[in-house]
Amino acid sequence: MGLAKLRRDFHEARWEEPIIFELSNEGERGIITPKDEKIERIVGDGISELPSSIVRKKLPNLPELSQKRVLMHYLRLSQEILGADVNIDIGQGTCTMKYSPKVNELLVQSPKVSEIHPYQSEETVQGALEIMYKLDLFLREISGLDRFVFQPGGGSQAIFAIASIIRAYYKSRGEERDEIITTIFSHPSDAAAPAVKGFKVITVYPDSETGIPDAEALRGAISSRTAGFIVTNPKDTGIFNPRIKEFTNIVHKAGGLCAYDQANANGILGIVRAKECGFDIGFFNLHKTFSSPHGSGGPAVGALGVKKELENFLPVPIVDYDESREMRRYYLNYNLPSTIGKVREFYGVFPVVLRAYAWIMSLGEGGIKEVAKIAVLNNNYVMYKILREVRDADISYPANRHRIEQVRYTWKNLREKTGVTTEDVINRMYDFGFHLRTSHHPWIIPEPFTIEPTESYSKEELDEYIEGLKEVVREAYEEPEMVKRSPHRSSIHRVDTSWLNDPSKWAVTWRLYLRKHRNGDSN
Amino acid sequence: MKMKVGLIVNPIAGMGGRVGLKGTDGPEILKRAIELGAKPWAEDRAYEAMKILRNLLNDSIEIYTYPSRMGENSARRAGFFPKIVRDLGGREGTTAKDTVRAARDIRELGVDLLLFTGGDGTARDVYRAIAEKQVVLGIPTGVKVYSSVFAASPRAAGELAARFLKRQVTEVVEAEVLDINEEAFREGILSVRLYGYLKIPYDSLCIPGGKIPSGHSEKYTKEAAAAEFIDNMEEDCIYIIGPGTTTKEIMKKLELNYTLLGVDAIQGGKLVGKDLNERQIINLISSRKAKVIVSPIGGQGYIFGRGNQQISPRVLRMIGKENIIIIATPGKIESLRGKPMLIDTGDEELDKELSSYYKAILGYREYIMYKVIPGYREQY
Repeated sequence: MGLAKLRRDFHEARWEEPIIFELSNEGERGIITPKDEKIERIVGDGISELPSSIVRKKLPNLPELSQKRVLMHYLRLSQEILGADVNIDIGQGTCTMKYSPKVNELLVQSPKVSEIHPYQSEETVQGALEIMYKLDLFLREISGLDRFVFQPGGGSQAIFAIASIIRAYYKSRGEERDEIITTIFSHPSDAAAPAVKGFKVITVYPDSETGIPDAEALRGAISSRTAGFIVTNPKDTGIFNPRIKEFTNIVHKAGGLCAYDQANANGILGIVRAKECGFDIGFFNLHKTFSSPHGSGGPAVGALGVKKELENFLPVPIVDYDESREMRRYYLNYNLPSTIGKVREFYGVFPVVLRAYAWIMSLGEGGIKEVAKIAVLNNNYVMYKILREVRDADISYPANRHRIEQVRYTWKNLREKTGVTTEDVINRMYDFGFHLRTSHHPWIIPEPFTIEPTESYSKEELDEYIEGLKEVVREAYEEPEMVKRSPHRSSIHRVDTSWLNDPSKWAVTWRLYLRKHRNGDSN
Repeated sequence: MKMKVGLIVNPIAGMGGRVGLKGTDGPEILKRAIELGAKPWAEDRAYEAMKILRNLLNDSIEIYTYPSRMGENSARRAGFFPKIVRDLGGREGTTAKDTVRAARDIRELGVDLLLFTGGDGTARDVYRAIAEKQVVLGIPTGVKVYSSVFAASPRAAGELAARFLKRQVTEVVEAEVLDINEEAFREGILSVRLYGYLKIPYDSLCIPGGKIPSGHSEKYTKEAAAAEFIDNMEEDCIYIIGPGTTTKEIMKKLELNYTLLGVDAIQGGKLVGKDLNERQIINLISSRKAKVIVSPIGGQGYIFGRGNQQISPRVLRMIGKENIIIIATPGKIESLRGKPMLIDTGDEELDKELSSYYKAILGYREYIMYKVIPGYREQY
C-alpha cells in the first residue's frame, strides 16, 4: 500500500522570475564561436551576399542571454507549475489528464522522429507514414467510421473541420442548410466552431429531471435548415444519453448529418462506437484519450474520422497505401475531389500520432477496454467518497443519474452555509499541491467543480485528493476568511484578471506589451 | 392544538398590470387604473392558494385575517371560518397603512405562518410591519414581483404553505424584499432596491430565485440578440414588444421611442404603439398578423404573468403559440439554474396550451431550445 498523505506544509517554488526579455543584456551571448579568418576569406561574411531587400535594417529585438541564464530561466519556470506529472491531476475534469508513459518519449525524441521534415520525400519517411496509416486503421476499428486524418491541431480545429465538411457536403448537393444543433453540456466549441464557419447555432437544454435533452426538444429545433448535430456523449456532466440513436435518427430523417465530439472518449473506449450510435463524423483528441502530455495549448491532434460517403470531403493530404505499384509504399494522397482543403499545414503533429500508436499497441484490444472500465470505476469510487465524506459537496442536475468518466459537482450548499465559493476552494487546494477546476461556462450548475479521475490513479492517490477537499471544507467552516484569501503557498497568489476584459491592456506578445504599457517601440 | 395561519390580501394589488400601468402604489394611480377598466383579482389569487390549503390540511388550521376584501372573503370562499382580528367599521382596507397594521396584529396573535397576497409594494409593507419576526410567504399578485418572498404561483404558495405546516419542509430562509421605484418605472428607468429580508419557508423547488437585475456585462449579448431578431423581422407583421431591458434593446437598435417597462408595438421598423394596455393591443392586432416578443425574468424565468399582464390571455390567444418569440441572454439563462421558464397568465388552460419547448433567441445567429411550463405545475 502506498502512503496517502495530505501535504500540510506543501509550498510551491516561487522564483519571481522576470520575463526573458527583461533579463536581456546587450551583447551577451549563449555561445561565442571563434572567428576564422580563413573561412571568411573564402565564403565572405555571410551577409553581404544576400539581396538587400531581405537584409534587416535593424536587428530584431531578441533577448540576449548566456546559456546558463537561459537554462536557469526555464528550469525555474518549470518548477512553478502544478502539471500532470507533479500533482494528482484529477481536478481538471473534461480534460482527461492521464499518465503519459515515459517510454513513449524515448520514441518521440529519437532523431528518426525529431529530425523528420514535412517536405522530405515520401520514400524517406515510409516508417512514419506507415504509423499514420495504421493508426487510422486502429481508430476505424474503435469508432466504426471509415477514414481518419490527423491534420487538425486540436479538438476545436477538428470541430471546425467538421463544420467545413458539413457545409461542403450540402453545397455539393445544392441544398441550403445553415443550422447546427448542439447541447448545452457538450463542449462549447461544438457551438463556437460552426458559428465561426457561419452557421446558426441552436443549443438544446437538458430536461432538469433527466440531465439529458428530450427528443421533443430536439424535434423542436429541427427544420429544413438543419445541417448538422454536433454533440458530446457522455455529456460534460458525466451523464451518457442512452437514447442517442433515437436522436441521430431524428436528425437523419430531417436530412441532417450527425457528428460525435469524442475529444474525451475515456469512459466508453472500446465499448460504445460512433457508428452504432448513428454518427456520420467524429473525432478523438489523441492527446487526451490516447495519452500525450497536453495543456496550455500544447501540441495536439484532433483525429477526424468520417463515413465512406464523406471521405472525399476530408482535408488533404490523407495517408494511403499503394499496392499496385512495383515498389509497394505509403504515400500522401492529395487527390480528393471534394476536399475542404486544409485546416492546418501538413499531416498533423507526428509525435502525438506516434504516442497514440504506441499506447494502443502496448495495450491491445483488451487493454483499451480495461482503460475505460478502470476510468469509470475510479470515477464512481471518487463520487461515492465525495458524496459521503466531503461535507456540502453535492452532485447536481440531476442527482439520480449514473455517471460515466467524470462528474460535475456543486459547492452550492457550502457557499450558502459558509460564503466560500468554488473559486475559493480551488485557490485553497493549490496550498496542498492540488489542482481543481470549475467547469465550462455558463455555470448553469451553481458553484461547479468537475472531477475526472481517469484510469491512471491509484486508490491511495484518489484518497489523498479527497482528503484535500475534506480539509478545505473543514477550513471553510472554521476559518472562512483564511480560505477566501488563499492561496498562501503558491507561486503567485492572486492574479488580477479584471484587465482581461480591456483590450487596451492585455498583451499576448512582448512587442504588444511594450506598445500598450510602455509606449515603446520594439521594431 | 390547531395551527394558526394569518392571511392578508391587498385587494388592489396587480390592478395596474392589464391596463398598462406599472404598479398601483398611490391613490391617483389606482383611480386611473379603475378608469381604464382594471378589475381587482387579488382576492381570486388568495382564494386559489387558500383552496389548496383547505384541500391539503382541511380543518387542522385556523385562519386569522382582516375583514371583507382584506382576506375574509377569500378564506370563506375556500371553506374556512376565519377569525377576524380587527373591525374596520365597514371601511374597505386598501391602503399601505392597513397592510402594515394587519401584519402587526396577526403577528401579535402568534401565528405559525402569515400568507399575504400582493406584489413588491405589499411585501415592503409587510416587511415594515414585522421585519424578520414572523415566517411569511407571498402569493404573487402584484404587477412587480421582483422580491424572492413569493411562491411561483398561488397554487405553489398553497402547496408550500401546507408542506411547511405539516413540517415536511422545515428550513426557513431570509428572502429579499426588492422593489423598483414606481415613479422611475413609469418614466422608463429600471432601478431595483433591496429593502430588507423576510423569513420564508424554503423548498428549492417552490420559490423562484428572485429576479437578478441584468448588469452591464450583458450589454453586448443584448445587442447581439436584438440584431438577430431584427435580421428576421417580417415587413407586414406587427411586433408586440414586451417590457424589460432585453427586449427594449430592439427599440434602441431601431432608434425608436419606447417605454422600458411598458408594452410597445412596431411594424415595418416603425413605432405603431407605445405603452399599450390590453385593450389597445387587441385593437392593434385584430385580424392582422402579429408576434409578441418577451424575455424571461432573471432568476425566476417567468415569460408571461409578471410585469407584462397587458399581454393578457385574450391577447395571447389572438397571437397564437407559434408567434411567441422569447429572447434570453446567456446571463438570464444562467440565472435560471437549469429550471424551466414559467407562464402564469391567470388562465390555467392557456398556460398548459402554451407549455412547450421554445426556440429562444440567445445571441446573433444563436438560439436555444428551452422548456416552458405553467408556473403552478406540481413538480415546481
